[in-house]
Amino acid sequence: MRHTITVLVENEFGVLTRVAGLFSGRGFNIESLSVAPTLDPTISRMTIVTSGDDQVLEQINKQLNKLISTIKVIDFTGQDYVEREMAMIKVTATEKTRAEVLRIADIFRAKVVDVTPRTYTIEITGAPSKLEAIIELLRPMGIKELVRSGPIVLGRGSKGWKGTE
Amino acid sequence: MKMTGSKILLECLRLEGVETVFGYPGGAVINIYDDLVDSPIRHILTRHEQAAVHAADGYSRATGKVGVVIATSGPGATNTVTGIATAYMDSIPMVVVTGQVPTPLIGNDAFQEVDIIGITRSITKHNFLVKDIKDLARIVKEAFYIARTGRPGPVLIDLPKDVQVSTTKFVYPDTVELRGYKPTYSGNVRQVEKAVQMILKARKPVIYVGGGASLADATGELKNLAEAIQAPVTTTLMGMSAFPRRHPLSLGMLGMHGTYYANMAVTESDLLIAIGARFDDRVTGKIATFAPHAKIIHVDIDPTSIKKNVRVDLPIVGDLKEVLHRLVLKLAESADEVDEQVRETESWRREIDDWKQQHPMFYKASDTVIKPQFVIEKIRELTQDDAVITTEVGQHQMWTAQFFAFSHPRTFLSSGGLGTMGYGLPAALGAQVGCPGRQVIDISGDGSFQMNSQEIATLVQHRLPVKIAILNNNFLGMVRQWQQMFFDKRYSQTCMELPIDFVKLAEAYGATGLRATSPDEVEEVIRKALDTPGPVIMEFKVAREENVMPMVPAGAGLNEMVLAS
Repeated sequence: MRHTITVLVENEFGVLTRVAGLFSGRGFNIESLSVAPTLDPTISRMTIVTSGDDQVLEQINKQLNKLISTIKVIDFTGQDYVEREMAMIKVTATEKTRAEVLRIADIFRAKVVDVTPRTYTIEITGAPSKLEAIIELLRPMGIKELVRSGPIVLGRGSKGWKGTE
Repeated sequence: MKMTGSKILLECLRLEGVETVFGYPGGAVINIYDDLVDSPIRHILTRHEQAAVHAADGYSRATGKVGVVIATSGPGATNTVTGIATAYMDSIPMVVVTGQVPTPLIGNDAFQEVDIIGITRSITKHNFLVKDIKDLARIVKEAFYIARTGRPGPVLIDLPKDVQVSTTKFVYPDTVELRGYKPTYSGNVRQVEKAVQMILKARKPVIYVGGGASLADATGELKNLAEAIQAPVTTTLMGMSAFPRRHPLSLGMLGMHGTYYANMAVTESDLLIAIGARFDDRVTGKIATFAPHAKIIHVDIDPTSIKKNVRVDLPIVGDLKEVLHRLVLKLAESADEVDEQVRETESWRREIDDWKQQHPMFYKASDTVIKPQFVIEKIRELTQDDAVITTEVGQHQMWTAQFFAFSHPRTFLSSGGLGTMGYGLPAALGAQVGCPGRQVIDISGDGSFQMNSQEIATLVQHRLPVKIAILNNNFLGMVRQWQQMFFDKRYSQTCMELPIDFVKLAEAYGATGLRATSPDEVEEVIRKALDTPGPVIMEFKVAREENVMPMVPAGAGLNEMVLAS
């Protein structure tokens, strides 16, 4: 089962390795991981997508909490949250396909951020399923390069965690 | 007042109450060693950094204080790794300070540079690289706090040489503020109440104790609980001295080389109260058949230990001393029900007593060849239960656990989690430094002993009267036993073919060496060793192919014990 976990950690060198090492040392898989500082520059927010059964997830949560550098762990499993991922896709654009690439980008409300005589580079944000859908549509045109950020999430509703709890 | 980093480090250690450090100098810590000359802190120079860590570990286990180690960068730092991993697996509070190349050289493959932070990340509770001298005092304060609180463990501080020589104003913080680290001590009140209800309903309760009980100094509370509900108590190797072995409720050790009656009691129990234990595979055997009829209460300060290996019906996260104390108080509020429960469980204790009668821990005595178990029993008898015992790892370790009958907390020091050969001698060294008035004995095999035998020099130099009993069978005994039982006696690389003269080895270092080759010499050798000042090596030429029995074969259930080879 897929799980999305947010970990708030001290913004110090080596913390990312501690978290990643925790997963690799126990044979847990990280499907994606995105990390950047929060409003409070001393705290970084990691969004980790992983998979496993309930017991694996319980251990992951406990082990993350056990790290001295961890401030808070939020498991979004079973919660209502907003999820966004960004991708940039460099797709082949020949005379025959240029219009179709633009049409698909338009349908998905993606932006063209770079153009060459042979390619378009498209920027898109959305839920991972949306990104996967556009990738599948563009694949036949010839995708030359693709980069995805991994999802970031925020819980729905008015409650927020600003780092001063 | 401005102070150098090395002076700040030593002042912080002093303020943390550190009286003794174990270590080995080198270029990257030469400033610290220079300042040690003027410091009241005692330094014990071992002959290898691994031994320095084991010594600090033994010091900590015997005294309950934080063990402290200093090692240089590069090879000095990597030599500490086995010791740190040993301490980590057994949750021993320790602070290891390693020197590091100057900060501008870090990452440049400088001479004697190694990424010890990266190397020890998975074997420390936490580690720090001090990049700015202004952080040093705070980091040392945090390191000691992290090492000794919650589930204890080793913390490493990597200290670059330029930080040691630069200066800043020294201010030692009064408090520690780690926003992400707040161990739970008190235990949930409702969970404790639920535990009382589960205990009152149980008809076949067993208490299963791990090393956490000694680490939390909760042995008194443990005894109170066991006696209040008259529940039999079994311990892991690490929990060995937490409950007096000769107490009528003691079942001794459970697991692979545990007693028949401990393993049967766990298998037949309807309530298992796990206290500071982590359900190691050497304890559980085949998980599917471990305590199949029992509800499990698990008390531990570390939530990650709970439900890691086995299902748990009632978790209680908290400090064992506090939780057990409250549990006993809560039980006292239901005194009548407890009395009734004790009456109801009388038949359970009788059943266990029958098992004890039918299958006691035993070995076949001999008049002609020294049995290792006999040596262990004699050491116990002649030290009158009052010695601190360390072991190396292997058959002698299991025989010690089986036959020594420990009576007092913190008297059995052994590498449980990692199973580190070469642990016992340096750990004994550290224990003797921490407990100068006590008799400290390392029970060893000839294989393990040779992994850190250079530390005889440290014993002699510091006049540490540790006695070492080598049960010499010229084999790596435990692996040989497995080869005998499971690999058709193909003794691949387990015969130590070169016989070592351990008496001469002792004498070469300036220690005393004694040898027994027949059973009638054993007592005399032990008596003489105990009466001889300074370190003594006793070599016992023991039965070569004696096996540790009973035994649960790997992967079998606890009730599938092989009783004799």
